[in-house]
Amino acid sequence: MNAIDQTLALAWRSLVQVRRNPWELGDYSIQPILFLVLFLFVFGGAIAGSPENYLAFVLPGVIVMNMLFVTVYVGHGLNTDLTRGVFDRFRALPIPRWAPLAGRILADVVKQVLCIALLLIVGFLLGFRLETSWAHLLAMVALVLSFAVAFSWVMVLVGVLARDPEHVQLFGFTALFPITFVSSAFVPVDTMPGWLQGFVQANPVSLLADAARGLMNADGPALEPALWSLAWALGIALVFAPLSVYALNRRLARG
Amino acid sequence: MDPDAIAAQEERLGNAIEVEGLVRDFGGTRAVDGVDLRVPTGRVLGLLGPNGAGKTTVVRMLATLLTPTAGAARVGGFDVAREGARVREIIGLTGQYASVDEKLTGRENLILIGRLLGLKRRDARARADELLADFDLREAGQRPAQTYSGGMRRRLDLAASLVGHPRILFLDEPSTGLDPRARRDLWDRVRQLQTDGTTVLLTTQYLEEADALADSIVVLDHGRVIAEGTAAELKARVGGRTLFLMVAQPEQAAMAAERVATVTGGMPVVEGETISVPVSDPGLLPAVLRDLDTQNIEVAELGLRGASLDDVFLSLTGRSGASREQP
Repeated sequence: MNAIDQTLALAWRSLVQVRRNPWELGDYSIQPILFLVLFLFVFGGAIAGSPENYLAFVLPGVIVMNMLFVTVYVGHGLNTDLTRGVFDRFRALPIPRWAPLAGRILADVVKQVLCIALLLIVGFLLGFRLETSWAHLLAMVALVLSFAVAFSWVMVLVGVLARDPEHVQLFGFTALFPITFVSSAFVPVDTMPGWLQGFVQANPVSLLADAARGLMNADGPALEPALWSLAWALGIALVFAPLSVYALNRRLARG
Repeated sequence: MDPDAIAAQEERLGNAIEVEGLVRDFGGTRAVDGVDLRVPTGRVLGLLGPNGAGKTTVVRMLATLLTPTAGAARVGGFDVAREGARVREIIGLTGQYASVDEKLTGRENLILIGRLLGLKRRDARARADELLADFDLREAGQRPAQTYSGGMRRRLDLAASLVGHPRILFLDEPSTGLDPRARRDLWDRVRQLQTDGTTVLLTTQYLEEADALADSIVVLDHGRVIAEGTAAELKARVGGRTLFLMVAQPEQAAMAAERVATVTGGMPVVEGETISVPVSDPGLLPAVLRDLDTQNIEVAELGLRGASLDDVFLSLTGRSGASREQP
């Protein structure tokens, strides 16, 4: 019980931080809306004939992209704690040694939920109609959140390895831009050159975007890409969680 | 209290910190090389040494942040390697960096620590307000820590390490980077903790800091203990005194140093217009003055002083201490 209270206190702290970080706050509010609106009105006509037709396609894509970008803050926050000595203060307290990481990831889930809710509300205001059911929509949210938790471990590793918080952000976004754009998140795969399609179809971001789309729109498969996304999430967690913990212990043992 | 009574009391209270043969390697280098320490309960031990002497590594091992490569350490009777969780319940740690969350207000930082220590929300708030008042941060407590001055930040950091009323406190270079006034303020607070019965282990590269605060001093160099004792004992070990003089005309300094060397038979150190040299015979003072007078060298100031910890450090390590160096 105590350990749960301590994890909640640490998660609370990560959320309170956002208030004083206008950039981070913007990344959770203005940026996702901006992306959705820009994509919709700038590319909508070219890709789908009209913004109205594009909305159902692009909304799940933007939800997935934003989820990935939000996880960068897991690494950013962890690196800040490590470089500023806050992590040492926590480690010298009588709390479980996993609590600071658990607190960060829990806070990340809360941020993710708020971002997804915000995007859905804006989506509905722009005219999105749910063709499936609320249960499907909840399944979409749960799927995206599971992927977020798994992907957080990649960012934990980046946070541990990076020299300073700025490098986490630089590396995070540099890696995330290609994997989100070279995917089916914004554009149908069959419009891309053949040599690219193989990569795009195997990209977990495509699988997750397809699954989210399938769960929100009546046309298109949902179950198969959803299972593949979960398999990817599991695989990422199985590889990166132990790797991150190993790297973290190494960094801490360095003195 | 007479020395026997102090010894009897220490016997009864025991040692808060006991370290034997502590070793820590980083890759191929040995940062701490067989350190022995004992800090009686309620006492302040100063761990003195230059940068890279291994002070911080010792503290990090005692605070359970690093595992020792070899040797044993007990903090409050608990083994740091096997009973780390128990150790963490009774210690407070203030690191070289102000390890508070800069995005949180001072008050939020203290509440967070209180909550992590298992206080109820209301108790954590009450304790935070109490500490903010104690540390003159009541007003600043509502602002994010990133807006604080160096001195305020260090006060908040110290307050954060005291939330749980630790019996044993580690202060790792507490006054590094502070201006003299903030340093005095910090010293007063450490003395207050000492009066309250807290055992303190503080590391410092400032010789005057160890002199001002510590009941006893351990001098560390290259990961080894090279001397220990009270400040007075260490100074007595160097023996003798230092003769110092200031010439009225700076251009006469070199010539004066030459004369001082001839008269005292020592090797004077010249810094600007100040010349100093270790002497064993106080009778040399008038001899030096007479000699300089015959050479028409005008003396602005002349005197003898007891050995400072600076001199102790110099004689122990062959290098000067860091008292004048800013990190």
